[in-house]
Amino acid sequence: MTAAPNRTDAETADGEAADAKTAGGTVDDGTAGHGTADYGTADERILQTSATRKLLARPELGSVVGALAVLVFFAFAADGFLRASSLSTVLYASSAIGIMAVPVALLMIGGEFDLSAGVLVTSSALISSMFSYQMTANTWVGVGVSLLVTLAVGAFNGFVLTRTKLPSFIVTLGTFLMLTGMNLGFTKLIDGTVSTKTIGDMEGFASAHAVFASTLTLGGVDIKVTILWWLGLVALASWILLRTRTGNWIFAVGGNEDAARAVGVPVAATKTGLYMGVAFGAWISGQHLLFSFDAVQSGEGVGNELIYIIAAVIGGCLITGGYGSAVGSAVGALLFGMTSKGIVFAEWNPDWFKFFLGAMLLLATLLNAWVRKRAEAVK
Amino acid sequence: MTETETRTALVELSGVGKRYGSVRALEGVSLQVHAGEITCVLGDNGAGKSTLIKTIAGLHQHDAGTLRIDGEETRLASPREALDRGIATVYQDLAVVPLMPVWRNFFLGSEPRTGVGPFKRLDTGLMRRTTREALLRMGIDLRDVDQPIGTLSGGERQCVAIARAVHFGAKVLILDEPTAALGVKQSGVVLKYVAAARDEGLGVVLITHNPHHAYLVGDRFVLLRRGTMVGHHTRDEITLDELTKQMAGGADLDALVHELQRT
Repeated sequence: MTAAPNRTDAETADGEAADAKTAGGTVDDGTAGHGTADYGTADERILQTSATRKLLARPELGSVVGALAVLVFFAFAADGFLRASSLSTVLYASSAIGIMAVPVALLMIGGEFDLSAGVLVTSSALISSMFSYQMTANTWVGVGVSLLVTLAVGAFNGFVLTRTKLPSFIVTLGTFLMLTGMNLGFTKLIDGTVSTKTIGDMEGFASAHAVFASTLTLGGVDIKVTILWWLGLVALASWILLRTRTGNWIFAVGGNEDAARAVGVPVAATKTGLYMGVAFGAWISGQHLLFSFDAVQSGEGVGNELIYIIAAVIGGCLITGGYGSAVGSAVGALLFGMTSKGIVFAEWNPDWFKFFLGAMLLLATLLNAWVRKRAEAVK
Repeated sequence: MTETETRTALVELSGVGKRYGSVRALEGVSLQVHAGEITCVLGDNGAGKSTLIKTIAGLHQHDAGTLRIDGEETRLASPREALDRGIATVYQDLAVVPLMPVWRNFFLGSEPRTGVGPFKRLDTGLMRRTTREALLRMGIDLRDVDQPIGTLSGGERQCVAIARAVHFGAKVLILDEPTAALGVKQSGVVLKYVAAARDEGLGVVLITHNPHHAYLVGDRFVLLRRGTMVGHHTRDEITLDELTKQMAGGADLDALVHELQRT
């Protein structure tokens, strides 16, 4: 027992030696890229990291490789896939998914799911259309009311989740079912059928159509306005994620909620905000759905929530939260658009789409896991 | 040592107790934390160490006795309030977000921003630079503050968390078993940074069940057993042997020695 102080002193001396080694290991800068060579010396003190490793560590890498592969594949398999008009169709299909994949990806980075996202799009369109029609108001009034109600549904999801601490799978499965029922129930109750009355001849329709569903012609190529919405959302989400305090909080609540709370991050507000972000995306998608035509089918949207999640996961979002990017979700959506339209251009039976989708999801997730493991192991 | 008793303690607990329903988690605990000193809280699993730090960290409120901060009697409503009053806590398991870069972790919850209105953004340059400098000041040399903090070793993560608390001007640093999950060398490194924090003038509360670690750096020792305080000593009143013995349960240990020796 009396020898104990001496022994512990020796321990600290060892500790200092180890520390000296840390300093030594980090001094020889320059010669980076030799991370793997130092493998044998074990442990955290190897801090070299090269540009290649940084690239490998990007969350969207897997999806970019996958997207290039699919692009090359259909360039050969489908005639005219690379024509500008075809690509514009592909981009339109991608944007329809992408507008929702962006906020869904943010939510997943924040560590939660939203299964109600698909039907919320339909709800948003229904509210907008029915409010305008029933109140004989300017369509923009309906659009505004729809925004408020949709955001309220998002806030409800977030509130129930953070208050009850139930898993988001259960909470949003609940809202998913309730919204599905309400979409059909209210539409039948008010309009007597499963679709809404046409609002095509109402005041403000033309301008709302221009904002949410118009087609621009750029250099002879038709560009759907949703593509601009999509790009804008990707840029905005990337800015929020990487350059703002809120972004830091999103990564933190998804990566380690308890740690985030302990250092003073407002966890409940961040998560509620993320659900309202999804609701905002649903509002844009919903208005597009409405103003592309002039009426809405109340049963639409079921199943789309999974497509958004798949796009986010293909784009590199970790299913457990704390990791991912907005750009990744865009690439995931693009992969989606290319596959769905590529199959049409190649004149295959569209039934194969789901098969490709499943295979892509598995491959992308495996590739992501592999890349991440490698990037972290050699760092 | 005696003249420190007359100074106002940064944090002072007297007769603090806490119940969870019918369970008495803590009773009659008194301790003082002074600037530039390390107060060690020792106890076996279930002795009430966690409850004690949660009370000082603002996660729980005590329901008996008094808690004084800078001599003023108070009750902490939240971890945020404790932080605002200069009490920073480094938890053993939830100190950091593993997948986030070191610099983002460093500033989490207190991010510096630049710009105006909707263009208000993180001052990433300042954040990276400050992280490097603050770590260097504590003697931690990381070249790449962009690596995920999960790639650092357990000891290094603790050190980053300690450096963070020092940087943000904490007056009191509570460390929850910082050496519990670490190897011998790593523990030594962490204790060195604990001492460095003390030398910066912080009052440190070191929770541990290792009397050897405690005696290396501690100025005061508070022993807990089954929720009550069984000893309160300053360094000159107690030897390591005695501390180890008390920690292990004194008479219980004697009995155990006796029992084991027969074989």
